[in-house]
Amino acid sequence: MAEFSSASELYHAAEKIRDAGFRRWDVHTPYPVHGMDHAMGLGKSWLSAVVLCGGATGSFVALFLQFFTQVSLYPTVVQNKPTNLFTIPAFFPVTFELTILLAAFATLFGLLIFIMLPRWNHPLFNSKLFPKFSDDGFIMVVEARDPKFKKEETRDFLKELGAGGIEEVAH
Amino acid sequence: MAGTSSADSQVHPSEAEGVAREPLVLNNRSMGWITERICGIVENRQPLIWWVLFVPSVALFGCLLFTLVYLVSTGVGVWGNNQPVAWGWAIVNFVFWIGIGHAGTLISAILFLTRQKWRTSVNRASEAMTLIAVMCAGIFPGFHVGRFWMVWFLAPIPNANAIWQNFKSPLLWDVFAVSTYFTVSVIFWYIGLIPDLATLRDRASKKLPKFLYGFFALGWRGGNRQWRHYEMAYLLLAALSTPLVLSVHSVVSFDFATSIVPGWHTTIFPPYFVAGAIFGGFAMVLTLMLPVRKLYGLEDLITAKHIDNMAKIILLTGTIVGYAYIMELFISYYGANKFESDAFHLRIFSGPYTWAYYCMFFCNVIAPQVFWFKWSRHNLWVVFIIVNFVNAGMWFERFVIIPTSIARDFLPGQWGYYSPSWVEKLMFLGTFGMFLMLFLLFIRFLPVIAASEVKGVLPEADAHYPEWKRLREKRRQSSAS
Repeated sequence: MAEFSSASELYHAAEKIRDAGFRRWDVHTPYPVHGMDHAMGLGKSWLSAVVLCGGATGSFVALFLQFFTQVSLYPTVVQNKPTNLFTIPAFFPVTFELTILLAAFATLFGLLIFIMLPRWNHPLFNSKLFPKFSDDGFIMVVEARDPKFKKEETRDFLKELGAGGIEEVAH
Repeated sequence: MAGTSSADSQVHPSEAEGVAREPLVLNNRSMGWITERICGIVENRQPLIWWVLFVPSVALFGCLLFTLVYLVSTGVGVWGNNQPVAWGWAIVNFVFWIGIGHAGTLISAILFLTRQKWRTSVNRASEAMTLIAVMCAGIFPGFHVGRFWMVWFLAPIPNANAIWQNFKSPLLWDVFAVSTYFTVSVIFWYIGLIPDLATLRDRASKKLPKFLYGFFALGWRGGNRQWRHYEMAYLLLAALSTPLVLSVHSVVSFDFATSIVPGWHTTIFPPYFVAGAIFGGFAMVLTLMLPVRKLYGLEDLITAKHIDNMAKIILLTGTIVGYAYIMELFISYYGANKFESDAFHLRIFSGPYTWAYYCMFFCNVIAPQVFWFKWSRHNLWVVFIIVNFVNAGMWFERFVIIPTSIARDFLPGQWGYYSPSWVEKLMFLGTFGMFLMLFLLFIRFLPVIAASEVKGVLPEADAHYPEWKRLREKRRQSSAS
């Protein structure tokens, strides 16, 4: 684990680590650093696909619920509104709301699955240096299980990239 | 790998535009300072004024509980509404509180999508305000059903005779809209809180706070492999909340607009209600944030620029609301509907509630016009007074719409007059107690400003900060020589 003094240093260090071919590493920052995905060689987050599925489920559930109960199960004529396919304008608000609701749930649970939280226990929490990430620290972590990881060489490499403090974390 | 930028090709947006923008955080505060200041509010003892406000608001909340118990044990007849005015203060207050919530979502979602970076300093508190306001709002329709224990009839579950709800009714749409709105707002607010809860967890020294903040922070580690999904989730929720917030008050306005009551049956209602909601909500945001900013020394984070921007939004939405008022009058004059023109004639000239109309018009349309002048937007006392006019005016607007229309219906034989009973008055006051109490607790236990987001809008947060700083120096030198 290495600490850098600014977002820009961390950014350039991340580019180097990426180009050196490391796989199991991450940067921990107090806020999302703009452009860091590129510097780390990460692509687009496909959470959007999960949310689309959630939203589509919401629409179908709502339309089914309304057509089934109002048109097929027990056609209730209220306010002279039709009970057939043309009832759809009156069904629109509930359909819209349920679409949003299920899409929002998909976002929440999809996010938690994608980022693998909640996970209250993690080796990084044993570090003295690590909690600085949530204040003003810019921290890079290279995991020992990375195939390219060699204790001394990686340490020197990080130092070469301009890292301030370097700490080893038991895992 | 491609795309590694050469040093000077990266130009910061504000440099490219060639305009000097006011910084969002004043006095070049560091990230450490921001953490310290925001977390300090939670970690240090509260100022005396916190207790001075908290104790009476708890007392008022007690009044609310008392009136609710009294209402449930006696019956909904303890309210002053009856035929013909079946919708009294309860619905006025419901629409009032729901409307207040809208500014929070506007700030968090719409200003996020439109890349208004100044939102970061105010979004957390206004989202909290949204949630609390929606809770206050929910009390009224919930208890308005009379037998509170039957409130589950609102949920889409068939009753004992296997009859389902009427999905064609705007009242049921309202149930879906408001409950969706609340749920999505909670999700949005909570996801935004996670990084700041992690900050509080990492700073906490006592065992219980550390456990609780740690529990709710879910073990957040701020790795970029987490942030990239987090940012996508935030963007998607903003995109979902934007149409949602516009739909909620539209659906609320359908409660009125789809009826045939003169004064309610107008197509202008949805946009007019939405503009009014944002207008009233921003007024409430400023009412809360001006004292908070002063009390906790947050002037460098919530700057004059923020207040100026919000005052401008109030001016804009207030003017839209004023346009809607005048257009309603014009259409009732220009249209051929006798009942409609009579309803508005009664509303502004000869009806029993004309005083409320003029209160509303003054507070909502005339008073905010002061914000055309820059000095007024920079004088905090003027801002505070005007936004409180708006708070009152928006309540009057709902009062004008609801009882005045049903007190003067189609037949003079149906005419009546409505005035609230003491239970309604105390209940409304009680919701203010609840609102203030929950907001004070929010200040006490949660970070009132989204620290992680504010850090992200600092100039040095940009990964290319040294490059564009160097570029700026170079330009300055060349222009000097």
